[in-house]
Amino acid sequence: MVRGDFFILLPLIITGGAAVAVMLLISFRRSHLATATVTLVALGAAVISVICVAAAAPRQASALLILDSYALFYMGLIFAAGCAVTMIAYDYFERQTDHREEFYLLLLLATLGSAVLVSSNHFASLFLGLEILSVSLYALIAFHRERLPSVEAGVRYLILAAASSAFLLFGMALIYLERGDMTFFRSTQIASGVPAWSPLLLAGTALLIVGIGFKLALVPFHMWTPDIYEGAPPPATAFIASVSKGAAFVLLLRYVTLFGLHSGSVQSAAIAAIAVASMFFGNLLALREEKVRRVLAYSSIAHMGYLLVAILAAGPLAAVAAGYYLVAYFTSIIGSFGIISVREGREGGGDAVSDYRGYAWRHPWLGGAFTAMLLSLAGIPITAGFVGKFYLLAAGLESSLRLLVVVLVASSAIGLFYYLRIIITLYGPPEAERQGAAITPAVSLAGGVALTALTFLLIWFGAYPAPLLRLIQAMVGG
Amino acid sequence: MILVWLIAVPCIGALLAGISPRGRELRCRGVTIAAFAINLALTLALWIMHPAVLRLAGGGAWFAEFDRAWIPSLGIRFHLALDGLSLVLIALTNFLGLMAAAASWRDITEKVRFFHVNLLWMAAAVIGVFLAVDLFLFYSFWELMLVPLYFLIGIWGHEQRLYAAFKFFIFTQASSLLMLLSLLGLYFIHGRATGVYTFDYGALMGTALSPGTGMWLMLGFFVAFVIKLAAVPLHNWLPDAHTQAPTAGSVILAGLVLKVGAYGLIRFAVPLFPAASAQFAPVAMGMGVASILYGAILAFAQTDIKRLVAYTSVSHMGFVLLGVYAGSTVALQGAVMVMLAHGISTSALFILVGALSERIGTREMGRMGGLWAAAPRMSGSLLVFALASLGLPGFGNFVGEFLVLLGVFRMSAPLAAVAAVSLITAAIYSLWMFQRACHGPNSEGWVIPDLSGIEAAIMAGMISVTVWLGIYPGAVLNVTREALESLRPDITSAVSSKR
Repeated sequence: MVRGDFFILLPLIITGGAAVAVMLLISFRRSHLATATVTLVALGAAVISVICVAAAAPRQASALLILDSYALFYMGLIFAAGCAVTMIAYDYFERQTDHREEFYLLLLLATLGSAVLVSSNHFASLFLGLEILSVSLYALIAFHRERLPSVEAGVRYLILAAASSAFLLFGMALIYLERGDMTFFRSTQIASGVPAWSPLLLAGTALLIVGIGFKLALVPFHMWTPDIYEGAPPPATAFIASVSKGAAFVLLLRYVTLFGLHSGSVQSAAIAAIAVASMFFGNLLALREEKVRRVLAYSSIAHMGYLLVAILAAGPLAAVAAGYYLVAYFTSIIGSFGIISVREGREGGGDAVSDYRGYAWRHPWLGGAFTAMLLSLAGIPITAGFVGKFYLLAAGLESSLRLLVVVLVASSAIGLFYYLRIIITLYGPPEAERQGAAITPAVSLAGGVALTALTFLLIWFGAYPAPLLRLIQAMVGG
Repeated sequence: MILVWLIAVPCIGALLAGISPRGRELRCRGVTIAAFAINLALTLALWIMHPAVLRLAGGGAWFAEFDRAWIPSLGIRFHLALDGLSLVLIALTNFLGLMAAAASWRDITEKVRFFHVNLLWMAAAVIGVFLAVDLFLFYSFWELMLVPLYFLIGIWGHEQRLYAAFKFFIFTQASSLLMLLSLLGLYFIHGRATGVYTFDYGALMGTALSPGTGMWLMLGFFVAFVIKLAAVPLHNWLPDAHTQAPTAGSVILAGLVLKVGAYGLIRFAVPLFPAASAQFAPVAMGMGVASILYGAILAFAQTDIKRLVAYTSVSHMGFVLLGVYAGSTVALQGAVMVMLAHGISTSALFILVGALSERIGTREMGRMGGLWAAAPRMSGSLLVFALASLGLPGFGNFVGEFLVLLGVFRMSAPLAAVAAVSLITAAIYSLWMFQRACHGPNSEGWVIPDLSGIEAAIMAGMISVTVWLGIYPGAVLNVTREALESLRPDITSAVSSKR
């Protein structure tokens, strides 16, 4: 480790240091505001440090981490998402009473794990990042320890994530056995020398895909999603839906890009099958759900299926498409759960679609923002989601993935139904007993700033995507 | 720059209407009407000025243009252009927007602000569709149109509004996604062949396509447009959406959304894929004739007066489809004429029917009757538009249908003969509707207020425009001729090469 390494690792060091600082702060003085502020400042500093160190990229820091522009871009995205989640969490926990400071500690750790994941270049750092992320998530999901669904969701995630980690480890071991090396980079070189895929390598990759597939909640590894989305506190769900899945996807994309997926190979056929199944089942199962969070859980399965199209496309557009789609998806899903969290914190009550009846009349701005988020998830123009989906389709067609593109289109059309149902309920006639109860203020400052910013970004990225596209092109396109 | 204003004025209006204070509904309505009036004035100014001043050098039939880079990495530009065809349709849009805003004065009393925001937003998107000549931009406006319409139907509609709104949105959105695929397919084929990746209409126009590919891509566009146009067998969403929408929503649906589909065919589907369109023309014309007859028969079978009017749209839009694929300028001009005249007459019928059913609380024709004595002005207006709708000479509808039949006759006499039957069926259902509503005994003893001042003014405006279209169609034919001729050669040459 030399000085240059420390410099380029600055984003990770800041996040890790902040986790320690928050831990110490909590042990000395419990203050929700102070804890949230420190977290927010640290994550903001991490975003800025990413920009600062970008000039020094790419650099291999030790054998474990590579900080190229690809990793830095997604790190920046993860830290920015962390900021948004922090603000939403502040709004949410301000209305709770006990033990709320630890949330930020866990959030910082989970963010750190995700950042390690996107910059990992070695099976060891992959596993390290994944475990930092997962262990923090267990606690984040079960954070409402007095509420049964929350604890149940946490335990469920613990068991399934542990199982998937075992798969992952075993897959790594098999690949190591064949290659004698754990770095991604070296393995590629060997791969070019190895003519055919040996059974060991095939089995190892399959297990790896199972492990990552679980993190991404792809069909058939999706079973955990709805319960955890429903049971976890909404800010934690926002984090799982965006950062945790995004980091795993970024890792998968890097791995696949390095190894190359030969079209027609067993692996690409398997991924294509998973993508088709995820798109269809995600959207179809969401139709049957009555709760908003469960609907969004199934829809997120479909969204990860859409993203797999970019992995399979592997053309010049694919990396940009994946980057743009992730940005759009992060913005819309964090925004959606932000609004769910704001509503739940104030109005309480159930999470059924019908509980949102008339919400847009009670809170026009929040309702409008939620509408924009859902339209973005559905892929309607002048939202970021549309441009993202457009790019995915373009990338797919560029690589002549006709079947996948048609499935993407068909399943998006199915998906419209449940988004529209939520939207129209927002504008439905309000229930009689709710009408009188005016809830003030609609949202706290932190939550309001975060949601306004997200909505603004959503429209901006949709209406004028050129600057963001240039950035993504420069960072991940090369 | 004036083209940007045409889109910006409704947007600004929507913003102002949205932030107008609660309880000040009058201001909100005023802003909306002012926005449409300003836009209409702009459009009419363009119309009057066009022959002398506004000719772009070497720009084909374009009068005005606005072109800026938007998403350079994909070759997407913010490119608007106006020709005669766009001009008359934008004039229609603003006129009907004005009428819809006025007609909702009594109709919409709840959530007034959001209603007007949607109305203006919708108009901005429709105008954008008529102006965009970058395919990506066109698609964006195309999609943008759906959301406000979905709200208009789903929030202010009648008893089955949610069902109708869902059906409408999913039908149109699914078909739009097909169009998106075709559009991307065309983009890549053009890009690979020429090395220039662009969504520009003019550039993509000459793309060489193999017959099979061309047909598939064309079908993607065709399905999207024909679903909007509501031709049989893809008309299924129309009766529900039109019937369940509030009056202003029905006006927008019948007057604009159907026209957007026809516009797409004329502007994009046919010129971009001339060979495939020529091959497909017999099928399309068959669909047109089927729509004409099927719509007429179903209209006659309705007991719900609003649903009856909805089905007449299917029938009339069949003429448009027929005219577009007949492959002559005359037929194409006739199609545009039908679009305008039908837009006005059917919108007027929806306003009248809406006013009537709001007064008596039912849309069932069985319970109406004898309303002439109770509301003479309303019944008189209904008679005028029933006559216009059945194609009586002197109204715009007649001119349009006549020109279409003329054009079709040259290509296929039997088709023209079958289509001409509709002049009889139209007379039957129109007069039948009028007779059941206004003549006969007033068995339920209706005593209803006649048209209010605003409604009478709306009717006066709409009647004068229909009659003007009927007695001086030259105004429209002259301004659109050049545009349609530049869109036509592709059709005729391809059609004649087929023959």
